[in-house]
Amino acid sequence: MATPVLDVRGLAFAYPDGHQALFGVDLHVHRGERVALLGPNGAGKTTLVLHLNGILTAGAGSVAVSGMPVEQKNLKEIRRRVGIVFQDPDDQLFMPTVRQDVAFGPANQGIKGAALDAVVMEALERVGMAEFVDRPPHHLSFGQRRRVAVATVLAMEPEILVLDEPSSNLDPASRRELADILRSLDVTVLMVTHDLPYALELCSRSVVLHGGVVAADGATYDVLTDDALMAANRLELPFGFDPRSIGNVPH
Amino acid sequence: MGAGHGHRLFFHGHSPIHRAPAHWKLVALLAFMLTVVATPHHWYAAFGGYALVLVTVILTSRVPLLYIARRMVVEVPFVFFAVLMPFIATGPRIDVLGVSVSEPGLVAAGGFLAKATLGVVASLTLAATTEPVDLLRGLRTLRMPDQIVSIMSFMIRYLDVVTDELRRMVTGMRSRGCDPRSPRHWPMLARTLGALFIRSYERGERVHLAMLSRGYDGRMP
Repeated sequence: MATPVLDVRGLAFAYPDGHQALFGVDLHVHRGERVALLGPNGAGKTTLVLHLNGILTAGAGSVAVSGMPVEQKNLKEIRRRVGIVFQDPDDQLFMPTVRQDVAFGPANQGIKGAALDAVVMEALERVGMAEFVDRPPHHLSFGQRRRVAVATVLAMEPEILVLDEPSSNLDPASRRELADILRSLDVTVLMVTHDLPYALELCSRSVVLHGGVVAADGATYDVLTDDALMAANRLELPFGFDPRSIGNVPH
Repeated sequence: MGAGHGHRLFFHGHSPIHRAPAHWKLVALLAFMLTVVATPHHWYAAFGGYALVLVTVILTSRVPLLYIARRMVVEVPFVFFAVLMPFIATGPRIDVLGVSVSEPGLVAAGGFLAKATLGVVASLTLAATTEPVDLLRGLRTLRMPDQIVSIMSFMIRYLDVVTDELRRMVTGMRSRGCDPRSPRHWPMLARTLGALFIRSYERGERVHLAMLSRGYDGRMP
């Protein structure tokens, strides 16, 4: 089998204050997959995400991205390969204009001049935000800012796109537009979300994290229709939503 | 959130003043301010000349004078001190409208007020005719240290975010029957400001994480 894009083995981590968030997580994500990472608040989802690009370092176990271990000496390349889109676009967009912000990652990789401009425009076109290139981020709507946040990461040509709560705070139209964009991207995706219909719509596979371990890993449809599993992991479908009425979504 | 694409001090326009390179404008402002500050208090004609130069620049920029005038409220604290000066300064006293005031104090206050006003109007003119982004670029062209330009750029970027956050917190206070304007509730307001500081600090940490995640190595690209 090909080397997985994401290879997490026995990952355990405790915060300096003694709170242990992860107790041995195993997770493999292969090229081209779109995987939803589900779990209640406090399950360790964010902690896991911060290990994927070496912001946090494993207490025990290992993380590798396309075969490259996440270690101090590889961090620069790891952070190019793993693109994290954080939940609040105001945390992600810190430069005075959209252009400078999207250019930040590639510029750190040493891309300059016309090549940099081309990368920036291409990334913005992929999320349909090219016309806003010279606007300051705080003058954009929330949905537009989320899309620019995705572009800032796409500009780095990541091998895996990690999205933290991509649909949070979006109005239904922006939520659908973002789904269209994510579907159009030819990139491996790991999506942390509480939005179960969104997971079903976009990800054929779901991983449930609960209490710092992987509680389930399987087809999203099977996970969402397993009532006992759902209840045991504090997962609940929104009122009126029943995956069975849709049938198994072909991906 | 401001509408349009400018900052709230910026007045959109296409005059020669708007188009002039930001670093020239910065150097001009600095030179103007140094000249004003170095002028002795009693050279009244010189101050008239400075004012004339400023008004000419503003008229050329086609920024309405009222637009500048309204934003001059930032000067109010200085005016307050200037008004106090003739009363608390020592020296020979003269009568003005039947009130005995210190003569050197009065001259000093007049000069102080003139210099402050010229400075405020000149800065407002720069702000009204230059986008913040161009100002930062200008500062970089003038070889201002990178760290300082970065800090200023973050300040501009997050000013609206933090003011928005404060506005939401104050709305939250009001909704729960607390009036931030009444002195009785000032302790509450102070605690809110403390909480805002902590929130902003935590945001700073999250922004730093986001920067690291995109390959930041301590130098802005």
